[in-house]
Amino acid sequence: MPTGRTLFEKIWQDHVIEAPGEQSLLYIDLHLVHEVTSPQAFESLRLNGRGVRRPERTLATADHNVPTDPISTPVSDPVSRRQLEALEENCEEFGITVFPRGHENQGIVHVIGPELGVTQPGMTIVCGDSHTSTHGAFGALAFGIGTSEVEHVLATQTLPQQKAKSMAVTLEGNVRPGVSAKDIALAIVATLGTGGGAGHVIEYRGDAIRDLSMEGRMTVCNMSIEAGARAGLVAVDDTTIEYLRTRPSVPQGDEFEAAATRWRTFVSDDHATFDDEVVLRAEDIVPSITWGTNPAQVVSLDGVIPSPDAIVDPDEKSTTERSLAYMGLTPGTPVRSIPIDVVFIGSCTNSRIEDLRVAASLAQGRHVAEGVRALVVPGSHRVKRQAESEGLDQVFLDAGFEWREPGCSMCLGMNPDQLGNEMRCASTSNRNFEGRQGRGGRTHLVSPAVAAASAVMGRFASPEELS
Amino acid sequence: MKPVRVVEGRAVPLERSDVDTDQIIPSDWLKRVERTGFGRGLFSEWRDDPDFVLNRPDFVGASVLIAGPRFGIGSSREHAVWALMDYGFEAIIAPSFGDIFVNNSSKQGLVIVVLGLADVEVLSALINDDPTRLVVVDVDRLRVEVPEAGFQRDFVLDPMTRERLLNGWDDIGLTLLRETEIATFESTKKAPSLEGIFDDAGHVR
Repeated sequence: MPTGRTLFEKIWQDHVIEAPGEQSLLYIDLHLVHEVTSPQAFESLRLNGRGVRRPERTLATADHNVPTDPISTPVSDPVSRRQLEALEENCEEFGITVFPRGHENQGIVHVIGPELGVTQPGMTIVCGDSHTSTHGAFGALAFGIGTSEVEHVLATQTLPQQKAKSMAVTLEGNVRPGVSAKDIALAIVATLGTGGGAGHVIEYRGDAIRDLSMEGRMTVCNMSIEAGARAGLVAVDDTTIEYLRTRPSVPQGDEFEAAATRWRTFVSDDHATFDDEVVLRAEDIVPSITWGTNPAQVVSLDGVIPSPDAIVDPDEKSTTERSLAYMGLTPGTPVRSIPIDVVFIGSCTNSRIEDLRVAASLAQGRHVAEGVRALVVPGSHRVKRQAESEGLDQVFLDAGFEWREPGCSMCLGMNPDQLGNEMRCASTSNRNFEGRQGRGGRTHLVSPAVAAASAVMGRFASPEELS
Repeated sequence: MKPVRVVEGRAVPLERSDVDTDQIIPSDWLKRVERTGFGRGLFSEWRDDPDFVLNRPDFVGASVLIAGPRFGIGSSREHAVWALMDYGFEAIIAPSFGDIFVNNSSKQGLVIVVLGLADVEVLSALINDDPTRLVVVDVDRLRVEVPEAGFQRDFVLDPMTRERLLNGWDDIGLTLLRETEIATFESTKKAPSLEGIFDDAGHVR
């Protein structure tokens, strides 16, 4: 029987320096750095008299704790300010290119890598952030690491790694109109559960994935970690190549065509086998929302808040009860009847130009409901400039949305953009954990379309409801 | 990191599943540039509740944390490991863990023990019955014991992690010994780098 290699296997084999035992020493092509998970790593390098092995394979940006107020406003929180200064000082000391707050290339690390074209097929990419899985949309093996591993990569440009298992998640058929990449991502996390992808690298396959834009594929790969998988992958195709063609960091002319020919090999072979396979019917996926405090607690926008009564498993039952209590929800309540206080459109999941276009098209000529605060936080300065050139900023402002400076913002509430106690938020981000967006805050994960429609209606709503 | 052969101490059962790293150490604590002092932030949003298990006098000074399935999922923040260790925990026992959390723990010497759900429940019950019972996590023999109650279970660690824990090896120091192999790899495989793409001010050339 013929055999073939998976995409994961190809990238892995290309980067193994040596594999003496269960752990292989893996070469890292690109290391992305931000202010939150790096200062302790740089400090440790200094203490041990070690340098950065490959500054030209390292790129840094400020994103996690930057305020989204106008750039002319100083960073008021002294602890955040110190951390942002430390990033600049460390990058200068070790010769690393850095995009500080307000720099034309600054933005969320998982937005700028792809848009600059530094994220390329077949690469190994790491970053001290679990949503590094985003870059897998380009057929790159990309995963999140902790600060000790950040230090390891800075010092050696390698990582000792145990090889993960491979999992194919195949979406058969096509999604129905109105179903977004975010709905696909939520459906996958709900199917696998928060631990279903643990120990695996997922390759997303099938027509419904092929039909997605690069932005959509990034949204799906981004949330791999929410199903427990450190990395997600999508095979390279024309969509990948055409996205990369106009990016500033890719080779030009004939060199681009040569690179594209090589990139096209980053697909799983026809007869490749996976350690695990999961199949979803794309037509079953509907616009969705999370109701609870982990991203696998998903319900249809047309549905009702679930009841713990029917749950047999005692652990799941108590988890459901805890989530309901934290979220302040009553079982049986129709999702569309639940009022909201805040709408957040942003994060490495959904802050790219395509996301903002969708939201703006629904905001156009309408207005945010009374009593609702709605923030739009572009993923990067490049996204922001593009949106402004299309007039999207004015559409949002006219509709009563705030148009803010780029950063991670309310996704994790490290900057002043936070939910207050018991505030309910329709958020295009990736995590609905307790307190994630601010102490006592209640997060519901939704697509940009649902977020925009909900902002207008003042409750969870779909675009079809807008008159 | 310091070598770890045996962790012996009292335990505290945290009977919750899906304890993510945002719960272990909320993001407000992530602004700091130091590696120490995170113990005060451990589970900080839960510790306001006087009934929270860590606040019960019986469990003060415990060094082993017993948790539910999928402990440490979510964010890659190593601050979660720093917070657990700064608070005094030396080993975590649960049915499953987040992958990045396990990696981070192994770099700091926090011992990660995977036991089956039923075994974890038995262990939790033993501690709830008598919080003074000592739990022994033996990294050398790969065994968890509650000697006073006759509880004894084997666990699995990958051989390299076990060796590194027992010897307190510095991962980076070990990798730097492979300089020849890394240099050879770099001279033969040339993935594109950022060289020549940005000027000194970070603008695309």
